[in-house]
Amino acid sequence: MSEIRNQDEKAVFEKIKEDLLTPVKTKYWGYNALIVSLLTLIAAALYAYYFQLRDGLGVTAMTDYVSWGIYIASFVFFVAVALVGMLISAVVGLVGQKWITPVGRIAEMIALAFVMMAGIIIVIDMGRPDRLLNVFLHFRFQSPIFWDVTVVTTYVAISTLLLLLPMLPDLGIMRNHLKGEVPQWKWMLYNILSLGWVGTPKQYQILHRTLRVLLILIIPVAMSIHTVTSWLSALTLRAGWDSTIFGPYYVSGAFVAGSGAVLVAMYFIRRGYKLQDYITDYHFDKMGKLMVLVSLVYLYFNLNEFLVPGYKMKTHDAIHLHTLFNGEYSLMFWLTQTFGLILPIVLGLFKKMRKPFPLMLIGASLVIGAWYKRVIIIVPTLIHAHLPIQNVPKDFTEYNPTGMEVTITIGVIATAVLIVAILAKLFPVVPIWETAHEKGVDIEKDL
Amino acid sequence: MDQNNTTVSTTRRGFLKKFGVTLGTLGVVSAMGVVSSCNTTDPNKKFRFLNAEGEWVEVDVSKMDVHLTELQKRGREGIPGKKFVMVIDLAKCQNARQCMAACQTAHHLKPEQHHINVLRMENDERTGHYFMPKPCQHCDNPPCTKVCPVDATFQRQDGIVLIDNERCIGCRFCIAACPYSARIFNWTEPKHYEEDTDRIYDVELNVPQKKGTISKCLFSADRLRIGKLPYCVSACPNGVYWFGDANEDVVTNGTSKESTRLSTLLEEKGAYTLLPELGTKPSVYYLPPRDRLIKYNYDGKNYLGEDEPDKPHHG
Repeated sequence: MSEIRNQDEKAVFEKIKEDLLTPVKTKYWGYNALIVSLLTLIAAALYAYYFQLRDGLGVTAMTDYVSWGIYIASFVFFVAVALVGMLISAVVGLVGQKWITPVGRIAEMIALAFVMMAGIIIVIDMGRPDRLLNVFLHFRFQSPIFWDVTVVTTYVAISTLLLLLPMLPDLGIMRNHLKGEVPQWKWMLYNILSLGWVGTPKQYQILHRTLRVLLILIIPVAMSIHTVTSWLSALTLRAGWDSTIFGPYYVSGAFVAGSGAVLVAMYFIRRGYKLQDYITDYHFDKMGKLMVLVSLVYLYFNLNEFLVPGYKMKTHDAIHLHTLFNGEYSLMFWLTQTFGLILPIVLGLFKKMRKPFPLMLIGASLVIGAWYKRVIIIVPTLIHAHLPIQNVPKDFTEYNPTGMEVTITIGVIATAVLIVAILAKLFPVVPIWETAHEKGVDIEKDL
Repeated sequence: MDQNNTTVSTTRRGFLKKFGVTLGTLGVVSAMGVVSSCNTTDPNKKFRFLNAEGEWVEVDVSKMDVHLTELQKRGREGIPGKKFVMVIDLAKCQNARQCMAACQTAHHLKPEQHHINVLRMENDERTGHYFMPKPCQHCDNPPCTKVCPVDATFQRQDGIVLIDNERCIGCRFCIAACPYSARIFNWTEPKHYEEDTDRIYDVELNVPQKKGTISKCLFSADRLRIGKLPYCVSACPNGVYWFGDANEDVVTNGTSKESTRLSTLLEEKGAYTLLPELGTKPSVYYLPPRDRLIKYNYDGKNYLGEDEPDKPHHG
């Protein structure tokens, strides 16, 4: 009897291993095309950045009044998307939801890639990137930028661990089974990264304990990173930024952006790697519900952020709100609110819409909307200073990003996608050991 | 059981070892970065400056601190015992813009870069227009210095808020934080950058200006150092500016050179500060634009000679 069970178990495990490791071993035409096009975008961005380094930030459309533009907006966007790692792995995982197994690693890969790009684009926005080390040599504890640097680096570290540690058993499996099937350097990489994992009960015990600590630890860190990011604006005296709810407003908005990104990634990874048996409609349905939930929370904060000052209409708040509601930024504002918030909530309520393809479209809409929303948060506030803007060229009172700046920004976004693509090709996107474990396989025997 | 324990400890040690190697590499890389960032200067170069007693002193550049020159140190300390204030009489301003010109010449600024800007103001549709020179307010609760991540902008003991463009990383957080739009940025190579390359940086003048760094009104700290009035104050033909020391309670008019008691001036003329509701505590006071002797006169051209509507641009 137990003999038969063992054979079954072995077959199931072999199937899972084969299915999930195929993407690692196989060459895909589409994947290579993606990498090449991303590299092209990145090369264009590097070329543009060379000019920015040579000629100064004057190659952008930023001026003494609108002194932060799409770089800072993208910084906020990257941090926002990166928060999804914490949402899926920690919040949803810790409350005992089992459906996150095939989604968690994708979320962590996105988190790591995007938080790294947040760090990069802030350096791109610096007038003197050559003085980056001053941030450490002469840091002032009182500056929110110091807090930001601290939490971003901590988040990078924890996200790396949260990606690597739960992958140790898989890396052990790959080290044991992929020798000869993948290029030598790849096998060496798996061998090194597996950190000598052999899968003893004691190792599993340590792993589970460590993960639990990290998963709890990442919640306050992730909350801090985006709260501090919001404070870069909220700690100033400007209308539109001078808000007490900016922390939770940013954090809730981050979950919306992140769920969108995960939905898009899930769709293309599932399609490209033919993982329909592992990332199922059920998982999309669950992700769709989560997306609606976080969007509703964000909607609530939006109501507070706009209706409360809108009721009072203090002088500078009124100027700001008019710009958004019926002024020069109204088209962007209403499109963003509709496609980046209202419509996804309404559509997500219908079961029919919580299928892979519609959810991918909704996810894309959320991500694009999230980026524009960050522009709306950063730019219009700067266009309206407390005092009149005079004795400067006319274009100082508006902001239309230049081709250079757009090219560089697209290049950084492409880098984030590139990192996700490489990670998702190098490592199994769906955890082998957890999937096997859920199917009742005693994987400890394999190793 | 025993065997199990040994495997675990070995792997754990291996794990730690690999981690240690990674951390070590990171450490070495960052240390190299730190070392290379310390700029090396020409050892034979001499540097002359006025010390606190007003004597000229000459120092080898190589002996100066690698991070702060003597000028920077002195500039950061300020002038002991002083608390500089400016009083701007709005009833007198006729938009001569000589303050702006003198300031831009002294600080090597381009025409669109203003440490001081004469604004056309309108408090309400029925209250009429007036001209308002607006320098940095040198706040006693400065929002800009609070947010600086590297201590590049700071307030000295004499109340002046300065910027050290040898330290500034160009994040522009201070621009975002300043409610008076008093700060500017060198988006491209500054004016006269070629002639200024060999000039030693004077933090009290902020010259040479540097690409990728902030610049701002300094209350002409270099002039105050030698007991003179600021550039803008001396340049005004209309007697708009009073400048002096709040501790002495004396201010001097830049045009007539007459001195008066600061407290009396502020009290009798009903002085006020800009945006007091923000709690920034400015060192610049304004005397209301009442009993103006000259009619408000604006020809529709801004400082750059471009058409700019009279209606102030708020939004």
